[in-house]
Amino acid sequence: MAIETRRRKSKRREQVEALVLYPVDWLEERSGLVGALRYFLFRKVPSDSNWWHTLGSATLTAFLVQLVTGVILAMYYKPDPDAAYESIQKITNDLEFGWLVRGMHRWGASVFIILLFLHMGRVFLFGAYKYPRELNWLVGVLLLVLAMAEGFTGYLLPWDQTAYWATVVGININATAPIAGPFIADFLRGGAEIGDDTLARFYSLHMLVIPGGIIGLITLHLYLVIRLGITPPPWTKSAAGYEPVEDGRPSRTGLVEPRPRGNGAARPARELE
Amino acid sequence: MADDLERPDDRERHEGSPHLPSPTIWPFAFAVGVALVLLALVISSWLVLAIGAAIAVVFGFLWISTATREVRAASAPPPLRAATAARADEDEDEEGPPRYPRSVFLEGATLGIGAVIGAIATLPALALAVVPAFRGQGYDDIDLGPLDNFPEGEWIVTKFRSARDEPADVSRRTAYIRNNGAPEGEPSFTILSNRCVHLGCPVQPQGLTGNQPTEVETEEGTVELFETSPSGWVCPCHGGSYTLEGNRQAGPPVRALDRYRYRIRDGRLVLGDPYSVGEVHGEGAEARIEAYSITDPGVHVDGPEQFLYPYVP
Repeated sequence: MAIETRRRKSKRREQVEALVLYPVDWLEERSGLVGALRYFLFRKVPSDSNWWHTLGSATLTAFLVQLVTGVILAMYYKPDPDAAYESIQKITNDLEFGWLVRGMHRWGASVFIILLFLHMGRVFLFGAYKYPRELNWLVGVLLLVLAMAEGFTGYLLPWDQTAYWATVVGININATAPIAGPFIADFLRGGAEIGDDTLARFYSLHMLVIPGGIIGLITLHLYLVIRLGITPPPWTKSAAGYEPVEDGRPSRTGLVEPRPRGNGAARPARELE
Repeated sequence: MADDLERPDDRERHEGSPHLPSPTIWPFAFAVGVALVLLALVISSWLVLAIGAAIAVVFGFLWISTATREVRAASAPPPLRAATAARADEDEDEEGPPRYPRSVFLEGATLGIGAVIGAIATLPALALAVVPAFRGQGYDDIDLGPLDNFPEGEWIVTKFRSARDEPADVSRRTAYIRNNGAPEGEPSFTILSNRCVHLGCPVQPQGLTGNQPTEVETEEGTVELFETSPSGWVCPCHGGSYTLEGNRQAGPPVRALDRYRYRIRDGRLVLGDPYSVGEVHGEGAEARIEAYSITDPGVHVDGPEQFLYPYVP
């Protein structure tokens, strides 16, 4: 009796599994995307990875929050000198949840920058920028610059006195750069003075041009993280080259585990063949 | 498999003694080219720019080619290429001149057409983003109303619109105007821009300012005139402080306050182009002004620092 029940249950279970897995298998057979996702989610990381290693994901999450809230705010914001301030007032005071989404975008901007710096500090203190990950550090620096540019261009959009004069000062700081400064300033203002084109210009940079660059660079950043693996913390023994490193053969086409750079004595015999 | 990806001798070269390029003179010639380019940007000469760029490119190429000679000689061509090259050699032996197969032509054509299409799509957009910012940068003459509104020896805070076709939010400007009388039969005015030459905040009169403006209707719109009796000018943002003539007194500004040219037309004061000022010697009508073309705030117009900033038309 008991055995029969169990068998019946497992049969139903099989049916459910088949039902769930059918579309997944269909997708996998035609795209390989499921396998790629599994590879991404279940890839090996150092056994002593810790909470500090989550700062990069936290920064990514903060950026995604900015992306989502920003796209929705763009439905109500009007980048016109005569209408911008009123449209922000409307978002904050009149629209349902407007205060919340604008608040998330406004405070999330600071969170994004703070997390960027914490992530950068973690990478620096763990020595995770060293060979073979130098390129990923450079990509990260570009991301930092673009994130600051997002902050600068977004600051003008409320179009109040603080926004206007902070932008005047910010553009003039750019103008003091030797040689290229005056050209950068003219490009940012869209002319010799801040005019009616400047607001729309900053809006376009803020919501289209710079985010596009950030998305592209984040893709490259993540690709390099997956390809090169995660650096163990500096106190780990394997980081100092005491333990033989696990087999470094490609587990998937094109994805090669990096060769450790420890001293020659620590190198496993396989490599010396 | 791993050995295919990285041969042992590669690794030795990576980890052995540091690579020391043989000393050459090319880097110095390259630096001269770069220096010429920078000089050309300062003196706005296309000829010098072209010469400098040419020198930098030629000697930069020679420098790279010399510095990488050893590396290039040491690295054997990858097997695939070697095989192709060997086959090409055989072909050459058999048939004389080298052959250019159809596949190579198609590769080149595809890449070339792709580049052309990419340029057609990208360049106009890039031009629209960049070029208009550098065109049509002029200043209109602005009518400030009858001279009677500017009594001799008094400072007047003058608020006006700098452009008719732009919203008031972005075109409102302020100038501080003093009628210096006509000591030599010719009327003289001191007209200071309120743009701080540190980073562009609006400087304020240090002293009482009236709050009942005299309003003058002109073609550009309403001009508002406030009486004031300042002892100097101060900036609220970072504390830059100026004398009444606009010279820097304290704080971060790098030069004196900008001024406006002016004209008298039919008994009315007309504001002309702004210009930047290094320093003002003397006062009022007798002032000797070191004038420079209008420059961004925070930028030096005199002293050795001026050579860091090119003239922007």
